[in-house]
Amino acid sequence: MNKTTTATKFNVNDKKIKSPRVSELMRFIRRFKKNKRGVIGFLMVLFFVVVAILAPWIAPYSPFDQDAGSAMNSPSLEHIFGQDRYGRDILSRIIYGARISLIIGFFGVVISVIFGAGLGTLTGYIGGKFDTIIMRLIDILMAFPGFLLALAIISALGPGLVNVVIAIGVFSIPAFTRVARSTVSSVKNNEYVEAAHAMGASHISIIFKHIIPNSMAPIMVLATMRIATALLTAAGLSFLGLGAQPPTPEWGAMLSEGRDFLQSAPHISTIPGLAIMFVVLGFNMFGDGLRDAMDPNMKL
Amino acid sequence: MTINNLVQIKNLKKHFPIKKGLLSRTVGNVKAVDGINITINKGETLGIVGESGSGKSTMGKSILQLLKPTEGEVFFEGENLVGMKRRNLIKIKREMQMVFQDPYSSLNPRLTVDKIITEPLKIHGIAKGVKAKEQAEELLETVGLSKSQSKRHIHEFSGGQRQRIGIARTLALKPKLVIADEPVSALDVSVQSQVINLMQDLQETFNLTYLFIAHDLSVVKHISDRVGVMYLGKIVELSDKKSFFDKPLHPYSEALMSAVPRIDPLSKKKKIILKGDVPSPANPPSGCSFHPRCPYAMEICKNKEPALNKVNGRYVACHLY
Repeated sequence: MNKTTTATKFNVNDKKIKSPRVSELMRFIRRFKKNKRGVIGFLMVLFFVVVAILAPWIAPYSPFDQDAGSAMNSPSLEHIFGQDRYGRDILSRIIYGARISLIIGFFGVVISVIFGAGLGTLTGYIGGKFDTIIMRLIDILMAFPGFLLALAIISALGPGLVNVVIAIGVFSIPAFTRVARSTVSSVKNNEYVEAAHAMGASHISIIFKHIIPNSMAPIMVLATMRIATALLTAAGLSFLGLGAQPPTPEWGAMLSEGRDFLQSAPHISTIPGLAIMFVVLGFNMFGDGLRDAMDPNMKL
Repeated sequence: MTINNLVQIKNLKKHFPIKKGLLSRTVGNVKAVDGINITINKGETLGIVGESGSGKSTMGKSILQLLKPTEGEVFFEGENLVGMKRRNLIKIKREMQMVFQDPYSSLNPRLTVDKIITEPLKIHGIAKGVKAKEQAEELLETVGLSKSQSKRHIHEFSGGQRQRIGIARTLALKPKLVIADEPVSALDVSVQSQVINLMQDLQETFNLTYLFIAHDLSVVKHISDRVGVMYLGKIVELSDKKSFFDKPLHPYSEALMSAVPRIDPLSKKKKIILKGDVPSPANPPSGCSFHPRCPYAMEICKNKEPALNKVNGRYVACHLY
């Protein structure tokens, strides 16, 4: 059995290696698997994603059911993570909170990839004066501390989850613009781009067919890492009462609710804090692993 | 104009501005191509040789309008390409294609071979789907690869095979003119000859006209009908192959030829070793731009630029003739 598999592996003309795209992916996975931290990060992320998806089935209680009698109970066998000031089960709230946090992180980053990377691709491709002007504007945006920018946007739009997603999307735009621009301006100097011009290809088809596929790697890595930042910022905004509104089980908001009972019932704040930490850590380690597997020389 | 001329280049110039400072003022020009007049005949191979930085590639790209010429005219079958509207230009681009120097960067690593080869067909709406796929396979076989390789990515191919793929892509549009920009200089010597022979076979089969840019004289000697020598953005000698290799006229051509290693150790021919580097094309020497390095330089060379004159049926730009 073993012999036959090695034999097919080395037979280049074998039909099984029909799609090299798969083999390219396999090589990438093999490289990624060597990086233990990256794998651990990936597993952490996967764990939270699974938890978020299965929330209604795995949560032991409803995240909203109150029980005044057992308010602020410490962790016990019935309530592994304890209960908050209204007697709600913290574990269930954490499980449902994973949904909210991941959705905010994901859509926030999607917004910044579409606008940020889109703009960066354009400036990198067009270059010249357009590039100079746009990049100086991006520099201005970058000069704001990210969190302050998010705060400013929230105060303009008003609190709420959707606005948090928008604020987070906007504040990540500069990072994506810069990375996309620098990647694109190096990719566009490849001869295959010039070859496409020589064939008479339009700019749009060159951008979509040649430039974007070859500039994706660093953007994917940045997106993974930025989900962590987005999550953290969202939690921060909710902590300040500007994001998710009670009784939404958002981790940052839960952290904030437990603030008054740090001495009497520290688990109310600690548990959501740990959840935030692990998700952020997971995404960061996963992103680092992705980066190393894609290109060890790449720096972000 | 006779039908024999496929391309006629008149006073072609391409200057790159040198920009400096905060407001990017133009402080000078790199005269990469500086006044070239040349005709490419149908069915011939015109070899262009010269040192790095002599403007060979820039000339090739300016002919294709990949770089907009600063001045001059490029006639392709009697139509001036310079300043032509993009839409019309794209139609003409079908007729003229380019083979690039580096087969490692001239093919998109994300695409499969059949997608690379059929890209020009799709751009010009000639074929798609199954028909395009069939054409890709046919072209692969034309350039000596097998059609079973059409679904592979190019990282699975060697340099020579990649250049064959590049040539297949060039042929997809059935062009009349192929500008080959040092197509073999990135390849191993053993593979070079295969690719060159392939290009010669294809020239016969498809009735192609080549503008073959190279810095390797032996390659040019093998493939060309006529040879042009470029120095600092100008053609200094243009001659048919046989008389050029028998006796180069321009002192620069002579120096180039003497730099080719000889097999005969007793050969008495003395080597001309040029002094100094190629002067900067941003600030070329006065008069004949070759005079600071020329072993035969005369007083007149410093002051007066020689014109490309006809000498015994060949053209040379030198005050000696």
